[in-house]
Amino acid sequence: MGDPGLSRRGFLAASAAAGAGITALSGCGGDSAGGSSDGTTTVEWWNISTTEPTRGVWAALAKKFEAQNPKVKIKIVQLENDAYKSKMTALTASGKLPDIFHTWGGGVLRQQVDAGLVEDLTDRTKDFADALLPVAKEPYLLDEKLYGIPFDIGMIGFWYNKALFKDAGISEPPTTWDGFLDAVRELKAKGTTPLALAGKEKWPGMYYWAYLAMRTAGASALQKAYDDKDFTGDAFVQAGQHLQELVDLQPFQKGFLGAAYSSPTGQAATVGNGKAAMELMGQWAPVVQADSGKGLGDDLGFFPFPAVEGGKGAITEVFGGGGGHALRSGAPQAAVDFLKFFASEATDRELVEKTGILPVLPAAESAIKDPNIKAVQAQLKAATGFQLYLDQAYAPAVGQEVNDSVAALIAGSKSPAQVAQSITRTAKEEQ
Amino acid sequence: MTSTFLPDKRTGPGLTPSPAAPGAGRGRARRRALHWLTALGFQIPALVLFGVLVLLPILFALYAAFFRWGGFGMPSDYIGADNFTRLFDDPVFLGDLWRCLVLVVLSLAVQLPFALAMAVLLNQKLRGRAFYRMLFFGPYILSEAITGVLFGMIFAPDDGLADQILGRIGLEGLGGEWFAEPSMVMATLFLVMTWKYFGFHMMLYLAGLQSIPRELTEAALIDGANAWQRFRSVTLPLLAPTLRISVFLSVIGSIQLFDLVWVTTAGGPDHHSETMAVTMFQYGFKRYQVGYASAISVVMFGISLVFALAYQRFVLRRDLQGATTTMRGDGK
Repeated sequence: MGDPGLSRRGFLAASAAAGAGITALSGCGGDSAGGSSDGTTTVEWWNISTTEPTRGVWAALAKKFEAQNPKVKIKIVQLENDAYKSKMTALTASGKLPDIFHTWGGGVLRQQVDAGLVEDLTDRTKDFADALLPVAKEPYLLDEKLYGIPFDIGMIGFWYNKALFKDAGISEPPTTWDGFLDAVRELKAKGTTPLALAGKEKWPGMYYWAYLAMRTAGASALQKAYDDKDFTGDAFVQAGQHLQELVDLQPFQKGFLGAAYSSPTGQAATVGNGKAAMELMGQWAPVVQADSGKGLGDDLGFFPFPAVEGGKGAITEVFGGGGGHALRSGAPQAAVDFLKFFASEATDRELVEKTGILPVLPAAESAIKDPNIKAVQAQLKAATGFQLYLDQAYAPAVGQEVNDSVAALIAGSKSPAQVAQSITRTAKEEQ
Repeated sequence: MTSTFLPDKRTGPGLTPSPAAPGAGRGRARRRALHWLTALGFQIPALVLFGVLVLLPILFALYAAFFRWGGFGMPSDYIGADNFTRLFDDPVFLGDLWRCLVLVVLSLAVQLPFALAMAVLLNQKLRGRAFYRMLFFGPYILSEAITGVLFGMIFAPDDGLADQILGRIGLEGLGGEWFAEPSMVMATLFLVMTWKYFGFHMMLYLAGLQSIPRELTEAALIDGANAWQRFRSVTLPLLAPTLRISVFLSVIGSIQLFDLVWVTTAGGPDHHSETMAVTMFQYGFKRYQVGYASAISVVMFGISLVFALAYQRFVLRRDLQGATTTMRGDGK
């Protein structure tokens, strides 16, 4: 009888030890700033680069930084996008963030800043942050203070099939909304589906409304309406009416209400296989078109969202976002050094060449090979206004309501005024 | 402790007079208490698991449903029954209830009779019977996510298998927007549900049919009953317990339908295929309005519970009699 008893006790002891170990470990995670007795600092770097080639390139960069800074160890923690978002929400609630963490800026970052969890980088990064593209820093600027350093930036615009445009006799991409509607009519008259849209996923439809609202009400109007909790202004209703004009032309592919974005029968593949002439999508569109469909190669072109006649916004104002890194408050100097290293010209060039992102440093522009990415970059560089993706700028409930209401407008069950009212109501509920 | 009650238990209480007991009555009471304690002791692990993983979440959802709560920290913004009044004002949720009813009625009126017909057919001597049984049961083994992706491709406009087949036989007019047309989506969804689940119900019925003694059908045959009469007066009544269980499973399944809808349409287009579970997911995990999502889950739970209890009380009572074990036996 003795042996099982002992082993049971042994098991208990082991589990107690394991429990204590876990507690100790989690304690470490919280204040790794102190470093260990031999003077090395361990910096935790949380990111969402779980796919190749980015994953490998980033790991190699961390090694390179360690070689340059022998007293610093970089510990990489990688989580998939959605898992990262939920994990970070839980961490924010618990009051402990990793030393360096991925951020999209906007409302979520503000939430973390308001909780006092994020380091103000305005002064600590001044020596290198000034060189960064202003539009790339925009999402991380809160009350004129910088809370994050970008490594990627992009924007939404129209990706179009040059061959199909030529067939329909459209020589130049449209620059006004009326011109755009004419182009849609001409494509339709030629028997071409003008636009592909992923109705099932809702967010691609939201881009139309958000851009139209920026064009009618001006670039700062979407943020202001959110802060004031009032989307009922005339300009927002007009944005809905302009979208209605487009929907009335029935420009989308057959069955678009049930279509996904990146599936083999989805929005990207429809354009990538030449079955629709355009899609409104971010800088990642060419990659997804080629991945889920055949891809258009040299026939693919890019043009910015057209201006609306009489609207307050300009065609040079962009809707987009990117990726960046923020630091927890009280992060060690080594973490700031790493941000500097990551935002250096050498690193940025490497990221642009190997991982296909857009440069955040004007000096790294020459690393871009693709003419379309160059066009996007030119547009971004000349941007006169910026609005971050609504699902990152707004609280989740409001962002989802925008998606939902606009989807209802496109499906024909909500009027432009009802869209404005629904979004206002949800914004008010969120206090 | 173990050594004191184990021998007692083996011989059975009351058979061996306990040597140490001065008063038989008191000893008996104590033994009984001990007996209960033992039973309780064995149940503690299960009770703890059930409590922590089932009861607590239910109670917590009930509690959270009365708060405006984003899901982090403890709920603190008490808003009374606001979530519920908002719920029954929400056209999407009222639509969910309506669609739930439609699915239940369609399942009972179409899917189960179809499954029964197939079961009766495959219960006869038929070449390749085992093959057909396997074929029809197959879809049930597939995961719902895979089924969803599969039918997403089959019903894709123009390029999908369904449209291609219709096109080849000259019925283009019928093809097109299976999952994309608001008026078609529920019918398409029901088609997929039937494909996926009728095999399961068919298997239940087959098992039920095989337990019906052949003598009864033969006796009816000798009495001159025709095929319909034999089915109506012999097979159906004897299959009733199986039917009752199958109806129960089908209804509960319809109330809680989620995976298939989420993968194929995500509730769209424009909420026309949304179910209660999908709405709950949207609010809980997309909008982080966990208080409101809890209210939806509470209503779902309430509907399922009322149905389950009523069904057990009024329909399953005969089937359950004697089937459940109680502890009452040993006191007599």
